[in-house]
Amino acid sequence: MSIHWFKYSSPQTFYPLAGKMIPWFAWLATIFLVAGLYISFAIAPTDFQQGEAYRIIFVHVPAAWMSMVIYIVMAAWAALGLALNARLSAMMAQALAPTGAIFTLLALVTGSLWGKPMWGAWWVWDARLTSELILLFLYLGFIALQSSIDDPRRADRAGALLALVGVVNVPIIYFSVKWWNTLHQGSSINMGAAPKMAMTMLTGMLLMALAFWMYTIAVALMRVRCIMLERERSSDWVKALSVGVKS
Amino acid sequence: MVMKARHKRFMLIAIGLVLLGLAAKLILNAFQSNMVFFYTPTQVEKGEVPKNTGFRIGGLVLKDSLKREDDGLTVHFVITDTAKTVPVIYKGILPDLFKEGKGVVAQGKVGADGLFVASEVLAKHDENYMPPEAAEALKRAKEQGTNSLVMPK
Repeated sequence: MSIHWFKYSSPQTFYPLAGKMIPWFAWLATIFLVAGLYISFAIAPTDFQQGEAYRIIFVHVPAAWMSMVIYIVMAAWAALGLALNARLSAMMAQALAPTGAIFTLLALVTGSLWGKPMWGAWWVWDARLTSELILLFLYLGFIALQSSIDDPRRADRAGALLALVGVVNVPIIYFSVKWWNTLHQGSSINMGAAPKMAMTMLTGMLLMALAFWMYTIAVALMRVRCIMLERERSSDWVKALSVGVKS
Repeated sequence: MVMKARHKRFMLIAIGLVLLGLAAKLILNAFQSNMVFFYTPTQVEKGEVPKNTGFRIGGLVLKDSLKREDDGLTVHFVITDTAKTVPVIYKGILPDLFKEGKGVVAQGKVGADGLFVASEVLAKHDENYMPPEAAEALKRAKEQGTNSLVMPK
């Protein structure tokens, strides 16, 4: 099996590649963020029911999307690490967890700030909100479990198992507003149906989502580089790197 | 064909996920009645709501049903799911988005006279976002009976 991209499955070769990719994703994130914020706050019209308060959607929805997407990607990396016994896969899962947790928290906090003026409550225990809160606990549990086990290989396996078990929660979050009646409204954007939003609003939201994607990739790559150095500190390639820095 | 160790592990993970999904589905089915945030007026009529404890009713505020008492704080309105209705009394401040014909969720108890005494009223808004002009155009089109503007209701 000499597939070309397996070349980058070892930390030693992936480290410099990740270093080269980071500025690209960081710049893309900045560009999308500036464009997205401009459209969201300067161009997008006021909403007919919610007035200006609806604008929190431009952060809330992309953050909620990312919280779910990152979890699935994290679990996929964890599964890959578990099945292939690959170091780098487990490191990628570890690198994604904090960003996923931050986006989950952001979705919960912005949702709460939105809920008070619109619904009349900061928090309700409906299926959507509760399952998203469980997602936050899953992220925190994953991070805590990984960091509580000293042996990195065992930490990876334990974390991967937790990440995989938690995957069932993601479809529950996504479909909660369909399966049960909730206070949270249904999705405005569905596959196979016209979006229930004005075009400029949708553009702003999608640009923000793209910005969050690029940010996530850039930050995860930065973090995975740190994890690589830390875990492989006694290996030759890291030592060679540090010699290079000193000279 | 001999399975490699990593193929076996992939299989195990896949089987584990399928079993986990099934378990989750069974659990959620068992808790179906606890997963709903509110009951509909039809369910109230059928007696499918918990007895002797508070619960939530959700639906639309019936058009022209909102009445305010002289104290300015007590309101009467009717929640409908377009099939059945439940009259509600509530003393307190209504959320900004509370409007006749719009979604609402009220928490409280059914009193002896069949009146639902709400302790909390929440507004449930929908998933449509558009500028006021578009909403206005939509309303006009609806009044004229033309459905030429294809938009969600």
